[in-house]
Amino acid sequence: MSTLLAVEDLHVAYGKVEAVSGVSLEMQTGQIVTVIGPNGAGKTTMLAAIMGLLPSTGTVRYDGADMRRFGTEERVRRGICLVPESRELFTEMTVADNLILGAYTHWTNRKSLDAELDQVYARFPRLAERRTQLAGTLSGGERQMLALGRALMAKPRLLLLDEPSLGLAPLIVREIFRIVMSLRELGVSILLVEQNARAALETADYGYVLETGSIVHSGPASGLIHDPKVIASYLGGKVE
Amino acid sequence: MTWEIALLLVQDGISTGAIYVLVALGIVLIFLVTRVIFVPFGDVVGYAALTLAALQLGQMPGTVWLVLTLAAIATVMEVVSLARQGDAHRIPRALLFYAVLPILPAAVVYFASMHALPMWLATLLTVAVVLPISPLLYRIAFRPLADASVLVLLIVAVAVHFAMSGLALLYFGPEGFRTEPMTRAFFDLGALTISGQSILIVVSSALFSFLLYLVFERTLIGKALRATAVNRVGARLVGILPSTTGATAFLIASLLAAISGILIGPIATLYYDSGFLIGLKAFVGAIIGGLVSYPATAVGAILVGIFESFASFWDSALKEVIVFSSLIPILVWQSFTSHTGVEEEIEEDESEGQA
Repeated sequence: MSTLLAVEDLHVAYGKVEAVSGVSLEMQTGQIVTVIGPNGAGKTTMLAAIMGLLPSTGTVRYDGADMRRFGTEERVRRGICLVPESRELFTEMTVADNLILGAYTHWTNRKSLDAELDQVYARFPRLAERRTQLAGTLSGGERQMLALGRALMAKPRLLLLDEPSLGLAPLIVREIFRIVMSLRELGVSILLVEQNARAALETADYGYVLETGSIVHSGPASGLIHDPKVIASYLGGKVE
Repeated sequence: MTWEIALLLVQDGISTGAIYVLVALGIVLIFLVTRVIFVPFGDVVGYAALTLAALQLGQMPGTVWLVLTLAAIATVMEVVSLARQGDAHRIPRALLFYAVLPILPAAVVYFASMHALPMWLATLLTVAVVLPISPLLYRIAFRPLADASVLVLLIVAVAVHFAMSGLALLYFGPEGFRTEPMTRAFFDLGALTISGQSILIVVSSALFSFLLYLVFERTLIGKALRATAVNRVGARLVGILPSTTGATAFLIASLLAAISGILIGPIATLYYDSGFLIGLKAFVGAIIGGLVSYPATAVGAILVGIFESFASFWDSALKEVIVFSSLIPILVWQSFTSHTGVEEEIEEDESEGQA
């Protein structure tokens, strides 16, 4: 196994307020790594910085290369894909067009595109039924599926998922996590940011706990899920 | 007013309006993709008409110097910024796009202008030399400010307009020009006589609007343009480079401006600063479309054309006043019926700024 992503001493500030202060984390190829933490801990900000959407200091190494000089678009081209909490779909365009644009960076011909579309439709049959519908008319769960599908069209090697379960019904949350698990078989590594700590730790191999911009715990997910401090703060257990 | 006169005015209005359609589509396209209200767009239309006029008179159009100057500035900016980022390997590509491709048509026009040119060749050369103007202006004036607010971009656009119209005075002088009509044919339809030129205008306008529609619906770059307009962050997340879609939008708009200038040349006497008024009237059409909808923009632009034609019949001195005053009821009506485009766009920018 090789290191796919290594973040070292990442700092991100909004003006004078530092939202992420000195975060370091590492993930191996093929791993699912989760970052849990309360609202406002800086999880979303951290992902935006890894994606190059926000200016930051510190190093982000992906696949052995320093990402600092690359913009968001180049990072996408190299296989990092973010599914943001806000989904950022093209609401006034059809489901099919949203998916087609997912393949923007490696578009070659219509035939291979159709094959990729069929793969995504096979994974998300709901999207196939709605392919001519505008993305803005979809339900919350369908939007999340479309955001995931659009990211998969980019053939990512590293998928950054920001709160994929946010605002979704429990049944759909389970469906989304099942899909996240199944992506591992495609060889996609996943960095999963979640408030739903239990589901995230059950899915992941390794976990980090982020509080007010810094990592306060880390360890194998199976260990964290039994850690009394984590249980007390995030899993709804009792403090001894 | 008799019924014949009304019909004549409508016909005249539709052909002027058809030109405004192309100009307005360009304005909306640029605004949606880059948030720039491209005030100098009308000037580009004027440059196209005056370039064709100069070529027909066997003179060397000043557009050549404009393109050469813009290309030189843009090339220096691009090379310096690439060298600073340590992307030296991308410099040859930059030289191709910012130096070779704009200079080529300028050089051809420079040498060709010494000879008498057939109509089709002069038209083609006009399109070729006007085409690089808007993308180069984008690279020089707007791309470095890509994250600025709509207001800042508008202020820059106004400045660029004054520079462009000042240069047009320098290049073309204060006299007015009218280009040769492409066809002198006339068709009698009962009481109505329709000129071949106005049929040509309406057909070209419809054709290019349809081509634009095809680009948006059928091509990947067209979808990328729409995606950038709908959701800027989403576009970046799928790997669409804002500068690529920006340059493409300006390039397509430049083509629309060139076509509009060529079409309007024979039906109006144009001065170095006439383009601005054409752009402004097209902008009224674009406002009717809320700056968001292409079909509504086209309808709006036609209405402006018809309105202008009636206004000039009632009182030609007050023509512009009447046309621009019509904006007031339109804006009032829009503020009641919809909350489209403009407001949302600005709110979105503010929240982006805070994020």
